[in-house]
Amino acid sequence: MNKKKTAQPPKWATWFLTVYCRPELLEDLQGDLTEFFHRNLQSRGAFVARLIYIIDVLKFFRPYTLRKPSSPFGRKVMLTSYIRTSGRTIMRSKLFSGINIVGLAFSMSVGLLVIAFVSDLFSYDSTLKNRDRIFRVVSTLVPSGHPSMKLASTSWKAGKLLPQEIPGIESVAILRRGFSGDAKTGAGTVPVSGLYANEGFFDIFSFPLLKGASASALKQPHTLVLTQTTATKLFGHADPMGKIVKFDTVNYTVTGVLEDLPKLSHINFEMLVSLSSIDLTLPTSDGDYMDWNNIFSNYVYVLLSKNTNPASFSTALDRMNNRENASNKDRKALLWLQPLRDIPVGKPMGNEIGPTFNIIGVYTLSGLALIIILSACFNYTNLSIARSLRRSREVGIRKVIGAVRTQIIGQFISESVIISLLALFFGFFIFLLLRSQFLSFHQQLQNTFSLGLSPRLVFYFILLALVVGLIAGVLPALFYSKINAVKVLKDASTLKLFRHLSLRKVLVVVQYTFSLIFITTTVIGYSQYKNFLRFDLGFTTNNILNIEMQGNKDDLLVQKLSNLPYVKGVSKSLIVSSLGSLYGSNIKYQNPSDSALVDLNYIDENYLPLHQYTFLAGRNFLHQPKDAPETEAIVNEELVKRFNIGRNNPARAIGETITIGGKKLIIAGVLKDFHYGTVESKIDPTAFRYSASPGGYLNVKMSDANVTTTMASIESLWKEIDKVHPLDAKFYNDQIEEAYSQFSVILKVIGFFALLAICISSLGLFGMVIYTMEKRVKEISIRKVLGASKGMLMYLLSKGFLFLLLISALIALPLTWLFFEKVVLRQFAYHQPIGFGEIFIGLVLVAGIALVMIGIQTIKIVRSNPAAVLKNE
Amino acid sequence: MKGTHLGEFEELVMLTIASLPDNAYSVTICDELSKNTGRTVKLGVVHAVLNRLEEKSLVKSELGEATATRGGKRKRFYSLTTAGRGSLIRAKEIRDQLWQKIPNLTLKQN
Repeated sequence: MNKKKTAQPPKWATWFLTVYCRPELLEDLQGDLTEFFHRNLQSRGAFVARLIYIIDVLKFFRPYTLRKPSSPFGRKVMLTSYIRTSGRTIMRSKLFSGINIVGLAFSMSVGLLVIAFVSDLFSYDSTLKNRDRIFRVVSTLVPSGHPSMKLASTSWKAGKLLPQEIPGIESVAILRRGFSGDAKTGAGTVPVSGLYANEGFFDIFSFPLLKGASASALKQPHTLVLTQTTATKLFGHADPMGKIVKFDTVNYTVTGVLEDLPKLSHINFEMLVSLSSIDLTLPTSDGDYMDWNNIFSNYVYVLLSKNTNPASFSTALDRMNNRENASNKDRKALLWLQPLRDIPVGKPMGNEIGPTFNIIGVYTLSGLALIIILSACFNYTNLSIARSLRRSREVGIRKVIGAVRTQIIGQFISESVIISLLALFFGFFIFLLLRSQFLSFHQQLQNTFSLGLSPRLVFYFILLALVVGLIAGVLPALFYSKINAVKVLKDASTLKLFRHLSLRKVLVVVQYTFSLIFITTTVIGYSQYKNFLRFDLGFTTNNILNIEMQGNKDDLLVQKLSNLPYVKGVSKSLIVSSLGSLYGSNIKYQNPSDSALVDLNYIDENYLPLHQYTFLAGRNFLHQPKDAPETEAIVNEELVKRFNIGRNNPARAIGETITIGGKKLIIAGVLKDFHYGTVESKIDPTAFRYSASPGGYLNVKMSDANVTTTMASIESLWKEIDKVHPLDAKFYNDQIEEAYSQFSVILKVIGFFALLAICISSLGLFGMVIYTMEKRVKEISIRKVLGASKGMLMYLLSKGFLFLLLISALIALPLTWLFFEKVVLRQFAYHQPIGFGEIFIGLVLVAGIALVMIGIQTIKIVRSNPAAVLKNE
Repeated sequence: MKGTHLGEFEELVMLTIASLPDNAYSVTICDELSKNTGRTVKLGVVHAVLNRLEEKSLVKSELGEATATRGGKRKRFYSLTTAGRGSLIRAKEIRDQLWQKIPNLTLKQN
């Protein structure tokens, strides 16, 4: 027999015909075309036959052959039917709907959070007019011999030169940071801070002025524009316009009041001071004001005119860069344009004026949310197909009654969309809870995001639900719509449902691997984090309250604090160490060419005993009057080791002279090594220098009891000393916790994702279990009849799943361990080894949940009466 | 009345249907027309006319059996309705009447 395949008409043309042709004409027309095709095939060959077929299909595209659009009435009837039957299906199988809605709701709540989050990021500065034409001039600092550095700030000179040299600029705003102080008004003194700004500010930032004229408000020297809140703080409800505010000795006049700035603004300030107030003849800390390379405190924004091309503007800017940098050999400042939109999201730059969010973080968060949502969608699909034995008969009946394929698809898609919308409803409430949790993770998040609801956001939410419903429902819909009604009604078990079994096993393994990675990361991370907080720093931090002096004299306060009943001691220091902030200088020993960096703190004689530092040799500082010359230093072991002082013997190091920052000091004592930095950094050479009044902080050691009352009395003492600034006092332990708060945020986020991943993969496993049980119910019954024991059956049924879990564990656990050993913990100079238990806690938890789920189902099936099952044949 | 007037091609198609008892479906009609008129008759044209005639209730159709050459699709067989037969006869009568009034019509021979 000639097995040569006969040519067929092109499939797509046939498909096109079935799409447009009216059903009642379709069949014979298709037949006619096929007949002609075969005739042409014989006489003229395959190519021509195909061509004619295609032409004919196109030619039949005529008004009378066209399918009439189904009537809106009919569609409405079908839609109502879809919704009604979906409702019934959802109500009938409460377990199935329940787990799907829960799974989708949780995963969707994360999706909602990410949408709100991203939407916030993109609506930064959206209230500004001409948002698309505003650019910030930023700089790249290229010091010779060092890596370059991107800065959000730029030079004042650039702001001056730009409008003079480059055409196409409507306005330039120059801002300068660093204005803060105590504002004295007739009513009292309030500390405020703000930015310097030139009169171009309001051309670019169209923040509405409540009072004053935007064109003239910042023109004159010594004029101020306050925000509404600041104005109320300074003047109460009186009209602030024209009033005088005194900073130090200079009087400033209020010339405008701004509406409070929107939260989603990349710049924020309490007030603006006219840039012309700066006396350019006075010396500054950072060099000449008008130096091209002085790019650390100024911000320049330009508003390009409508027909200016940013690219040609950049070219002009490059020319200016070349000219200005020509005379600078040691470091260059290259300016470039950054669109306003790119400021809140992007690669982090130095000297940012306001909050920014790293784009990598956005991608990571979105990626994690996507994994979770897709995972939940996959579960829906999995569970939906798992019920096929039951539902395929329903579909068969539908088809027999006359449902066409699209209607079956419509039925299943609407079912999944309804489930997804229900999930959105619950997910929305979870989102509301999550939102406040998420914002409270970190102060910075609270300052940067509002996550407020808007109609647009709600629209996106609903869109998300629809898309999720569609993705989740499309596979079941296609699967069911393909069912052959006759076959399925004759014998449902002939359905080829289980073809993709191995693929689904792989997906379950992937889900569990993710869950295990997330949970193990959380457990290990949490234990490490707790360890950071409990870490033995080499001194005690318990019950020590650090009070920032804020420029006040300390003598009186120290005296008063010491008299409080529950205060055990008070000491003074310049900085609070072990929180990550450093204060340092360079140090030399005998060899003048051998210098090293040294971490420093200025302390009084009470500091070391109060914090219980351990002396290896020597003695503590002695009390000195304030004006006494400084002669001594107390150093750590590491410093002695670094310079091999006294042949590395602490006792012999006493009395040796070291030079710190050019000052000769005698070593009075050597301390056992302690942690001046965080656990991330290695212990460096460290020295304490004596100051009777270092001016930074007071360290108050309290007894355990009566902390609240002591705090209250400290607060009232503070008010006697300083009426302007509120008390800034924090417990040392809380400060340490704060220093590691970024880890706590990361842990909370990963922990939450772990929870979600476990929930969702458990649901997925549940689906697998149910469907396997349904498939094997007869087998089990027969085994039971033949005498299998319950235990044997349970082992038989669950071993497959446990095997999957085992594979996941074998992938996930070593991976996580390696990740921590090789990547994460490398960042920390001092850390605890990963405990054996920490690796397995997650696995035990996940396996426990899985076992319970498998157990419940297997017990159900093992207990079923085999007679009842087998009779049903 | 719309249904009673026949166009030339419509009439030809109907006559062909009448001449093909039990085997009048689009392809055979096409073939038969091509054979008798000597011009190439496209399926598309015939199909459109058949559709129009059926709309006018001059012909009726029913689906026959599937055959392999048509990819398992059934043929649509056409037959004349009473009204169709009536309008054919009427058309012939009109012509006959006119023919009778012509005394002598031959092709002119030069």
